[in-house]
Parts: sequence; C-alpha cells; structure tokens
Amino acid sequence: MSTLAINSTSSGDARTLDLSLGPQHPSTHGVFRMNVTLEGETVVKLKPVFGYLHRNHEKIAEGNSWLAAMPYTDRLDYICPITNNWAYAVAVEKLAGIEVAERAEYIRVIVGELTRLQNHAAFLGFVLGDMGAWGSALMYAFREREKILDLFESLTGARMMCNYMRFGGCRCDLPPGWIEGATKVVDKFPAFLDEMEALLTGNEILLARLQGVAPLSAARAINGGMSGPVLRASGVDYDIRKVDGYGIYNRFKFRIPRGEVGDCYDRFMLRVIESRESLQILKQAIAGLPGGPIINPKAKLRGFRPPVGEAYGRIESPKGELGFYVISDGTDKPYRFRIRPPSLINLTLLEELCLGTKIADVMIILGTVDIVLGEVDR
Amino acid sequence: MMNIPGSGIFKGMVVTARNMVGSYLLKERLTTEQYPEERPTLPENARSFPFLVYDGTDPEAGMRCVSCKICEKECPPQCIYIVQDRDAAGKALKRPKVFNIDIAVCMSCQICVEVCPFESIRMDNAYELSSYDRFGSLVLDKAKLLKSNAYYQSIHPTEAAETDGRIEADRLKKEAAAAAKAAAAQKAAAEKAAKAAATPAEPAAPATPAPQNPEASA
Repeated sequence: MSTLAINSTSSGDARTLDLSLGPQHPSTHGVFRMNVTLEGETVVKLKPVFGYLHRNHEKIAEGNSWLAAMPYTDRLDYICPITNNWAYAVAVEKLAGIEVAERAEYIRVIVGELTRLQNHAAFLGFVLGDMGAWGSALMYAFREREKILDLFESLTGARMMCNYMRFGGCRCDLPPGWIEGATKVVDKFPAFLDEMEALLTGNEILLARLQGVAPLSAARAINGGMSGPVLRASGVDYDIRKVDGYGIYNRFKFRIPRGEVGDCYDRFMLRVIESRESLQILKQAIAGLPGGPIINPKAKLRGFRPPVGEAYGRIESPKGELGFYVISDGTDKPYRFRIRPPSLINLTLLEELCLGTKIADVMIILGTVDIVLGEVDR
Repeated sequence: MMNIPGSGIFKGMVVTARNMVGSYLLKERLTTEQYPEERPTLPENARSFPFLVYDGTDPEAGMRCVSCKICEKECPPQCIYIVQDRDAAGKALKRPKVFNIDIAVCMSCQICVEVCPFESIRMDNAYELSSYDRFGSLVLDKAKLLKSNAYYQSIHPTEAAETDGRIEADRLKKEAAAAAKAAAAQKAAAEKAAKAAATPAEPAAPATPAPQNPEASA
C-alpha cells in the first residue's frame, strides 16, 4: 500500500505535485481514491485506486444457494437495489427457462422505473453537491427520492435493501393503496424536475462548470465499453430496454434521449430528460397493470436446481448495462457467478476524461459518470 | 431573460426562497420527521429482524418451530444456529434446544421466513436495538426470540391473518384425514370381525396411514 496524503514528486523536478484524492472524500461517492499528478492545477496523470469496499460478492454467491444470492445483489449498487434484483432474476430465468408471471412483469417495470427516477434524482443532488451547491439542491433531490423509497418500504419492507424479485416473478403483491401512492409520486415528479431545472440548469455558474468539460466522442465511448447514460450522452442510440426489449419493454412507447458532444453538461441533462421518459413508461405500466398471480407457480423457492448450462442476463440499470453471467452445474449452488458492473466499466475512461482538465473539474467528471462503489468493488 | 447576465442565478434564488418560505407554511415542503420525539408510522410490511412465533400463552409449549433446520441452511449470511432437543433416552424431539440468531450478522432479507414450512419464523419490526454489549444483546437466544402469535397479529395484521387461515385449513385437512383414517380403521375392524366370524384364520391387513405432509402449507 502506497502512502496516503501528498507523496513526493515522481519526476523530481518540482514541476508536478502528486496528490491523493480520497479514499474518504465527500465527493468520491464512497471509498474511492484517485492518485492525481498535477502541474499547477492541470491534471497530467490520474490513477484510480479502488477495492476498498470489496466484499467478495461473487465468491459468496457461489457458496450459497441460488436464492440466497438475491439479497446480496441489493448491496451492489445500493442506490438502486431493485434493478440489481431484476438483472439477476433475468439471468437465472434465462438459464432455467422460467416464464415470468404477467402481473409480475408489469410490477417489475413499475418498480424498475421508479428506481431509475430515484437514482437520477440522487444523481442530480450529488453532482450539484460536487459543484459546490452543497445543501439545498441535494436536500430537494433527497426529499423526492424519499417519497419513492417510502413506496419501496411499504411494498418490500425495506427502503433500500428490498430483496424483492424472485425467479419467475416478485416476492409479494402490491399492498392496498400502493398504486394510488405511486400515481401520486409520478404526477408530482415533473414539478420536481421543473424546479430542479429552474434552480440550477439555467445558472450561469453551472453552465460554465459543465459545458465543454471532458467531452467524450461517440467512437471513444463505444471503444471504451461505456454503457447507459454516459454512452447515450455521447450521441450513441443504445438502450438495452430498446435493443433487447427484455421484460415487456417492447409494449411501451418511450424515446431514448441522446446527447450531442458528450460533455459533462450532456451527461447531466440526459438524466433529467431520461427521468421524464421514465415517467411516460410508468404511466403506461400503471394503466396496463393486469391482475393474476404474482409469481410463476412452477418456480421453486427452496431446492432450486437449474439445468446444467450458462446464461448471461442483462438489463438497462440506471447506471448502464448491468449483466449477470451465471453457470449452473446442476447443483443448488451457482458454479460461476459473475457480474458486469456498469459503474466499474464506465470508470475505465476516467483518466482519459480528466487529463488536461483542472483539479476542480475532476470531481464533477467523476460525478457525471455516476458510479456507486458498492458495485465497482463488489 | 436568459441573456441578461446573472438571470439564471436569480431564478435559482427564487426557487430557494420559495422553498424556504414554503417550509413554514406547506407540509410538503418540510418533510423532515423530528425522529426521537416524532415516531415514524411503519408500513405493515416493514421488517427488521426475525423472531419465533408461539401459539397460546406458554412459549415453550406453543412453539411452532420443529427444529427442521431449513432456515439455518438457507440463511444467506448463516446467522442462525439451531441444536435439536433430545429426551433422556437420546431420541430427537421436534423442538429446538438452542435457537440463536446473531442480529449483528443478519441482513434482514427474510429468506428464513419464506422457506419456513411451519409458519414459525417471522419478521419483527422493532428497531433501536443498538447496545453497548455486543454478544449479550445482539445474539438473540430462544427466550428472546419467542414472541406470541398475538404480537405477530399486532405488527403484521394482514400477513398474520393469511398465516392463521393457512394453519386452520391445514388443521382441518389433518382432522379430515384423521377422521378418514379412523373410519377406515373402524371399517377394517368390522370387516375383520365379520371375517373372523366366517373364517377364524386369516388376519386383516393393517389400515394404511393417511398421507400426512408437513410441508403442505409451504
């Protein structure tokens, strides 16, 4: 382990300064560290250091039953646990060939899109906090997020560690009055987005800090393996909800917003527009919610043994392509359990984005990539 | 408006001011709960840590747990520890001698609740369980875990009513099966008596026990 704080200069010519940002820093979104080499205030080198939150997630899953890996997925991207559950369920359902109950598909879309809303609300608050708008913006965003977390709590019993999806459906049905509550949140959310835009997106300081900072070309974003809002902000039309049409997304009408230059401003605004599209999906899903069972009765809870084989299931999580690669050897435990975390892979271009920018912009660039360290380190 | 320098900042300030003034007048602008003084009303589904349900008034006699150890096996972080009770002759009894849950390890996933075939383990919604004593108060033993069915009814009314319905249906099914078994035994005895009257040699086949599936309620 190298020393923390300020190291001596690597070149020895006293022109550069090595600075360790993190691992505990309010803007590093968890325990993340960046070893930055500065020339004046300009970044000339940046090395991300992660692994501080490593919990051996994949190996734990291989030692437990198929079902027991589900609550652990909550702890990957802890801002949006339900989409993590969903991605794992999609992978195992593909592996075992389990059909999902119709009502459960709709509920999955509803809770999945609510997760996207609350993730993007939290994102707006965090990024504005990174920029120095500490306090008001973050609190307004968290006020909205809390309404959605209340819905999750009344449905699943926990605000964040939901553990809601099961292979072939969902764990429990909607409690009475839940749909009314969700409709109320969906109706009120545009007002929050309008307020957020009025509050800051016309703000000259914000524009100066975001526009033209760290542009990412479409070709480079594709080559770098980017996914999710970061990729779309660079102008690439790629959303797994449209490409795969997993679940029942091909039944809904919605648009995929795209950025133009892929700078921080595009990445920021894309989340706002994407939230508005999520609201459209939510309205359609709530209107079309059918009755019926919540889970496929053929799917076993205990002693679940999928046939020998392998499957890769992926979904469009709020942060990008979240995939689970599972191999079954016919026993009640996964033989191999591998996660493709969007946060980690979106982080691989961080140095490239930061080179040549000022030290103050590094936090904003990190913020607009939108990572969660629970998922990066696993 | 946009091209006047500073107008964006001014617009933002208007929003902040509206929120600040609104927080004194509108409920939806001020959502903070003054926690220790103000208690949140938990939704019915809220869960914290598992507990064991017992019927009636005596925790030991009314314990639903039969020490099948399914929850111990399925628990993702392996926080449940069970030792089966044995009588003086060493014969295994259908109840646990030791039942410990380490709530410092428990991740509140409620998989134990879902897999329990005997409706025995359920989720509590008690919070504020922190203490200075790590092992004494965070490792819950059987005495601390056992809570009455009435308590369960009070914290999760809907779920508890469903559970009781299932148990009642199960009991009726078992009673019907027992009645059928008794009737079959009676019939066999009558036949035997009739046969004995006719030919005193051949013994009657024993009545087959009625199928009893303890997991029928799962």
